[in-house]
Amino acid sequence: MATNWRLNLHSRKRGAGLSALACALALGACATTGTATARDSDDEPRFAAMTEDEGPFASTYQRYPGRPTALVGATVYDGAGGVIEGGTVLFRDGEVVGVGGSDLSTEGYDVIDASGKFVTPGIIDIHSHLGDYPTPSVDAHSDGNEATSPVTSEVWAEHSVWPQDPGFTRAMANGGVTALQILPGSANLFGGRSVTLKNVPARTVQGMKFPGAPYGLKMACGENPKRVYGNRGRMPSTRMGNFATYRQTWYDAIEYANDEDAKRDLGKETLAGVLEGDILVHNHCYRADEMAQIMDMAKEVGYKVTAFHHAVEAYKIGDLLRENDVCSAIWADWYGFKMEAYDAITENAAFLQREGACVVIHSDDENDIQRLNQEAAKAQAAGLRVGIEISDATAIQWITLNPAKAMGIDAMTGSLEAGKMADVVLWNGDPLSVYSRPEKVWIDGALMFDMMDRSRRPVSDFELGQPGEGDVK
Amino acid sequence: MKRLFELAASALALATSPLCAQDVAITNATLALGDGSEPIEGGTVVVRDGRVVAAGPGLPTPADIPAMDAGGAWVTPGLFATVTTLGIWDVAAVRESNDERARGAPFSAALDTAPIVNPSSQHILVNRAAGITRATTTTIPSGSIFAGQGAVIDLDEDGSPVMRPRAFQLVDMSERGGAIAGGSRAAAHTLLRNALREADSYGDAARIPASGRTGDVRTGDGVPLDPRLAGVDTDRAGDALLTRFDAAALVPVVRGEQPLYVAVHRAADIRAVLALTEEFPNLDLVLVGAAEGWLVAREIAQAGVPVIANGLSDLPETFEMLAATQSNIGRMVDAGVTVAINAAEMENTRRLPQYAGNLVALSRVPGASGLSWGRAFAAISSIPAQISGMGGEAGVLAPGALGDIVMWDGDPLEVGSVPTAVYIGGVEQSLESHQSRLRERYSDLDESDQPKAYDW
Repeated sequence: MATNWRLNLHSRKRGAGLSALACALALGACATTGTATARDSDDEPRFAAMTEDEGPFASTYQRYPGRPTALVGATVYDGAGGVIEGGTVLFRDGEVVGVGGSDLSTEGYDVIDASGKFVTPGIIDIHSHLGDYPTPSVDAHSDGNEATSPVTSEVWAEHSVWPQDPGFTRAMANGGVTALQILPGSANLFGGRSVTLKNVPARTVQGMKFPGAPYGLKMACGENPKRVYGNRGRMPSTRMGNFATYRQTWYDAIEYANDEDAKRDLGKETLAGVLEGDILVHNHCYRADEMAQIMDMAKEVGYKVTAFHHAVEAYKIGDLLRENDVCSAIWADWYGFKMEAYDAITENAAFLQREGACVVIHSDDENDIQRLNQEAAKAQAAGLRVGIEISDATAIQWITLNPAKAMGIDAMTGSLEAGKMADVVLWNGDPLSVYSRPEKVWIDGALMFDMMDRSRRPVSDFELGQPGEGDVK
Repeated sequence: MKRLFELAASALALATSPLCAQDVAITNATLALGDGSEPIEGGTVVVRDGRVVAAGPGLPTPADIPAMDAGGAWVTPGLFATVTTLGIWDVAAVRESNDERARGAPFSAALDTAPIVNPSSQHILVNRAAGITRATTTTIPSGSIFAGQGAVIDLDEDGSPVMRPRAFQLVDMSERGGAIAGGSRAAAHTLLRNALREADSYGDAARIPASGRTGDVRTGDGVPLDPRLAGVDTDRAGDALLTRFDAAALVPVVRGEQPLYVAVHRAADIRAVLALTEEFPNLDLVLVGAAEGWLVAREIAQAGVPVIANGLSDLPETFEMLAATQSNIGRMVDAGVTVAINAAEMENTRRLPQYAGNLVALSRVPGASGLSWGRAFAAISSIPAQISGMGGEAGVLAPGALGDIVMWDGDPLEVGSVPTAVYIGGVEQSLESHQSRLRERYSDLDESDQPKAYDW
């Protein structure tokens, strides 16, 4: 009940949260009509910035033209844990129309013979820094950590994203990635807002923003914040310092959210969005004991952790994670690079699956994002070796529907079902095999990559006129 | 009950696994020889006294060795990882545990990895369980463009990891080398030339004897004394930049007795490195990284210089890698270059087979250049061994080779496959590590009787 009270109070002042946000994104015109928020007519201010609900920096993405397409005869992993042998996938006008067997009519569709091949939903990476740590990785491009204060909830990752990062094109062509969340780095306890993008080449980041996707808040546990600020002789320099700072920051955010007359504060606005449930918390956290404390803090304060990222010790608390309904976004085999990664094991995903907890395989890396399918296969195989039953379709779910859920876009993408966005990958073999590659990638039904046709290969501005321009990469 | 059984099993294992070579005969294997050939069905491999005596299809098994039927399972030579830092760090970001970079050292080329390799390192255990049986390991350039001298090691359990100390010198002539040298590649080139010239004259003045390689060449374990450091103490010019030890360390490099590994990426930089042999004709060069190697593949092939190359780098991570592509290795191999896959490129060394597998996948992409299965496997077995001076000894199943045998639960290049048994020098190895113990402890979350701390 307390949550509802807070939400209602907040709504009076700042609009109706997610639904209003979605409206603003869809119409893109709320700001000019001025109807989204009612202002007190007695003292109408002369100047007023758009409110959050009016959708500043709105997505301008519009799907590209596509042909009505039928993929016929493939092994189809639907992303939701289902598999169809000899399946048919139909899409047109940007949407999946049908997924089924050979009995589906393909009349009116361009038919692609996909026998011997595999179809999955577009791959989704919940943890990427493409664009905010783009290549070339020169200092001038280092835009991922506003490492000047441990609390920077006011920064938005999208303001750092360079859409010409060649990494986006590699993730599409080699990894079949069609959507991804760009997060601020982990130097800060509150790193700032994330942004979810369609992996579509664009001149502006607004041209990539996933319409209707909720924002995320990046938080970080453990070594990074205490090292960065401790080395400067300021708080936090310990894990207890981390927690003290988190908690006081949340108390201040609650006061802000409760105070209708508070001066607008960009950082607290993001935290209030978390309290409202509109902004999802993505918490970098390696150690099991720290995750347990974060979940208790979330209860204390009154918010929900959506996912722990880099949760290498999640396997030690799969039961707790299930009970708290928190996803673990993890690597398959990274280990040992820092103290809090010392206990990483390849069975992490499988042990979580055994407990019925939510598994997401993520990259955090411009190279591994090109092979998330292989990372999922490694994690699956590790489980099978210790007798944990994990179907191929489930392993694919770890990199499709599960990340979509944890990013709040699962109603739109992440699985192949009628009405969802036609974000589709045709693989030239089993995507859980090292020998397979994406052959074609569609985003909202538009063919954005074709391994067999070099004209369907995106080349970023940066690479024009340089050695290797337009190469297979 | 479970624990009792495990205890009994491990006690048995201790009693029956002597640290000496067993004679092994494996039949009915899907056998990869490591020499670039394609896998063989129904293969046999025989190991006696720690060495391979026979490997191939349909061989008779010796009567005096109990034959093990592989039941069609994959059997390969042990993998060979080059340019690793195995055994010289525990946790990368924990400085106290990490010997990779001697940033504040007064020495550079003289730094020697051999005495600091820790065979009990978890990374050696983890990589052994991933099928890597031999490797080269080295410090990384940090205070100087010279990393120092890397060693060839084995990953077995016997406590003596070093097979060949001071097996190569590593110098960084990439963008980073320029930064270390003083902020420009020009500084790196001048430093390198000066160092080689100082070494050249010092070698004569100090009457350092020629050697086949540096120190004794040993195929067994142990760290022999470096004869260069026992050379005649001699006066040197007042403007010498190198310490006596560093100059001594570079004497075999300039004489071509010790390979010089050069980290380099840009096509133009590769040409400049190849041209060094005009001034220093004896240099035995090996390129490391070479992300743009494919652009100058013919020149590398003509120079007869082998490459330990990045396999999957396909992003312009720096301005010296603008042409990076996953086809780099395939195109160099097509041009006739000897290429091993560079373990230094990876998140962790046990990904070597995954990288090789990806190069096989690439051969189905129009416009790309990949490798056949046999060549891809050779790029993580016999070829890195050959480049590391272990040709015919490691990474290959051929008569006379070391008895490094790995049996797998699937195609070794598939991401889901792991070894089920690893022999090094004919000795079956433990596949246990910190990670395997955690896996066992957390095979359930049941603490109804006792905390997890008692489950071991």
